[in-house]
Amino acid sequence: MNHRIVRREGLGGDTYLFEIEAPLAAARFRPGQFVIIRTTDKGERVPLTIAGTDPEKGTVILIVQAVGKSTKELARFKAGDALQDCIGPLGNASEVARFGRVVCIGGGTGIACVFPIIKAMADAGNDVISIIGARTSSLLFLEHEISKLSKDVYVTTDDGSKGRRGFVTDVLTDLLKQYNGKDGIHRVIAIGPPLMMKAVAEATRPYAVKTIVSLNTIMVDGTGMCGACRVYIAGEMKFACIDGPEFDAHEVNFEDLISRLTMFEEKEKAACEHCGNQPEV
Amino acid sequence: MLEIGGKRVAMSEQEVTERLKNFRSVPLGYTVEEVMVEAQRCIQCEHAPCERHCPVRMKLKAIIRKIAVGKFRDAFLIAKRDNPIPAIAGLVCPQEDQCEGVCPLACHGQGINIGKLEAFIAQWAMENNVKEEFHIPEKPEKIAVIGSGPAGISCAVDLRRHGYKVAVFEALHMAGGVLQYGIPAFRLPKDIVDYEIAYLEEIGAELKLNHIVGQNITFEELQHEYAAIFIATGAGAPQFLGIEGERLKGVYSANEFLIRANLMKAYRFPEYDTPIVCGNRVGVIGAGNVAMDVARCAVRLGAKDVYILYRRTRKESPAREEEVEHALEEGIKFFELVNPVRVLGKDDGWVSAIELLRMRLGEPDKSGRPRPIKIDGSEFTMELDTVVEALGTQPNRLFLDKIPELAKTKWGTIEVDERLKTNIDGVYAGGDAIRGNATVILALGDGRKAAQSIHEDIVARKK
Repeated sequence: MNHRIVRREGLGGDTYLFEIEAPLAAARFRPGQFVIIRTTDKGERVPLTIAGTDPEKGTVILIVQAVGKSTKELARFKAGDALQDCIGPLGNASEVARFGRVVCIGGGTGIACVFPIIKAMADAGNDVISIIGARTSSLLFLEHEISKLSKDVYVTTDDGSKGRRGFVTDVLTDLLKQYNGKDGIHRVIAIGPPLMMKAVAEATRPYAVKTIVSLNTIMVDGTGMCGACRVYIAGEMKFACIDGPEFDAHEVNFEDLISRLTMFEEKEKAACEHCGNQPEV
Repeated sequence: MLEIGGKRVAMSEQEVTERLKNFRSVPLGYTVEEVMVEAQRCIQCEHAPCERHCPVRMKLKAIIRKIAVGKFRDAFLIAKRDNPIPAIAGLVCPQEDQCEGVCPLACHGQGINIGKLEAFIAQWAMENNVKEEFHIPEKPEKIAVIGSGPAGISCAVDLRRHGYKVAVFEALHMAGGVLQYGIPAFRLPKDIVDYEIAYLEEIGAELKLNHIVGQNITFEELQHEYAAIFIATGAGAPQFLGIEGERLKGVYSANEFLIRANLMKAYRFPEYDTPIVCGNRVGVIGAGNVAMDVARCAVRLGAKDVYILYRRTRKESPAREEEVEHALEEGIKFFELVNPVRVLGKDDGWVSAIELLRMRLGEPDKSGRPRPIKIDGSEFTMELDTVVEALGTQPNRLFLDKIPELAKTKWGTIEVDERLKTNIDGVYAGGDAIRGNATVILALGDGRKAAQSIHEDIVARKK
């Protein structure tokens, strides 16, 4: 199978956009779903949330932060190169309906993941308020596109280089007060680092606002066969690949999620050293 | 006095110390001389019980006769007729319960080593590039086969023999199903699997990798496009005990452990990207073939102490004799009559130990094996770094959940009639998807049977 990269853009820092030929995934994609890629025939299966598609060209857009062996390898691919596999779409689509006022939150590369959901929520007639955050201004992207689809857009950076200094939850907490909790905010969707999603869950919990997060677990096959992606939702074991990746944030056991994400940390370092890439600290 | 038929020709194997350093086949296979001597021992008995006990009714008597006189090509072509993947059955069948177990010479403990004869001719055919040639009268009908494991492969081969156009849909990036992701290379060398898959494509079956029916292609689309569908999606969903501590780092399902080690070649990390963390002390829960595979992978990945934790005793293990023997030779220890209570962890989220409860054996249960009974208050802990749950698997959920109209049994397997037809017209099923955890050879048999049913029904429809 030939999955040619038709476009590659640096988005600042170690984040890159890839547009990849994957006709099957492009034709069937619904917001919230992901693909599994393999860079080479020796590559691992890496799940990546789809940031957008061009069904006519048969391409999917992935926004990737080069943090591990495989994503660093991918970052060195140029337009015209081909990936070994780009399999999908996998996972379930986001629940999209006319909820009323929806707050969509993206942190880091999660901005890319939440982007198709923002679009779908806006298309479904919701008032979308978007909050996007990153460590620093150079790691923000899609702000312009998101603002076109949203009623309001808030930007936060950890260092204050753009928008409000602080975290996406600072804005969220203000909005929850301003709109009087669940009477004014009918749904929150947050995609980003696990700690961010956990903080979002804690922010909305007192207001009982329905909150959805997309869990970026370790996966191998992505089709329900290995159980590597098992997560605990309201005490029950679920597989992020076929039961998720989206779950009710208030039911997610984030401690287990965060702990299990580090299972192969040492091996990842070894792999990066093997390919001559020191992992960032 | 020498018994009739004499003694079994011994199979040479890789030395234990050597094989623990690699994932290559443990049995080294017969030489031409050895295989002929072994075949010449066959007394060619009139009733050939071996054939009657072969789930695909291979013509073993004739095959052995050809091997005895060195006509390996003929032997292979006869074998291939009834069993599209003879090498695979030769290496992974539970022969002691089938052909070899009923060999008249077996009562002297010297039954013909039929499995290794089959493995030899298949290996010989691969090395000499011998292929079954058949003239295919092309038919217009297209048939979809879902899953490229043993059931899917054998169904596809037979459908091609009938001349149907065949598309095989495979969810993973490699074809072969459990032969690829489950059974380790030291038991089933992957060049043999690759050879059989390549053969499937050579005879004109279309392989559609990365096609996940129910996910990126719908069942309705297949129904629309194909004259019939054969579901061979296997039983690939892992089961967990549901005990405390399963969420800890260092706890795997057997499927995850084997998929990493086999399909993703984690044993060649970092040359291959997929990692596996296998500690020094490994506990494998369960004692079937899959548990043996996990344990034997673990020693090859460098584990120092590997324990099979089993609630019955070694005698009741459902694993093939050869696998248990190889496991014991490789230093794997059977820890009998124990049942896991919970997995204990450290502050850093990694496994530290397992709590076990001692069991005793009671009266036989439905399976005919003595029922394990808990001994109250006998809990104790055992230090472990890695825990692998090899408890058997269930039919793949992703696919079945998307077709609610497909009738299922109370065990979650697909319900079929004796012709392997499901409750949906034009849809057939076989292999582990209808049996739960069964064997490669039964899946092969199902594939053939379903192909026959599909053919008959298409012919009948035209009348």
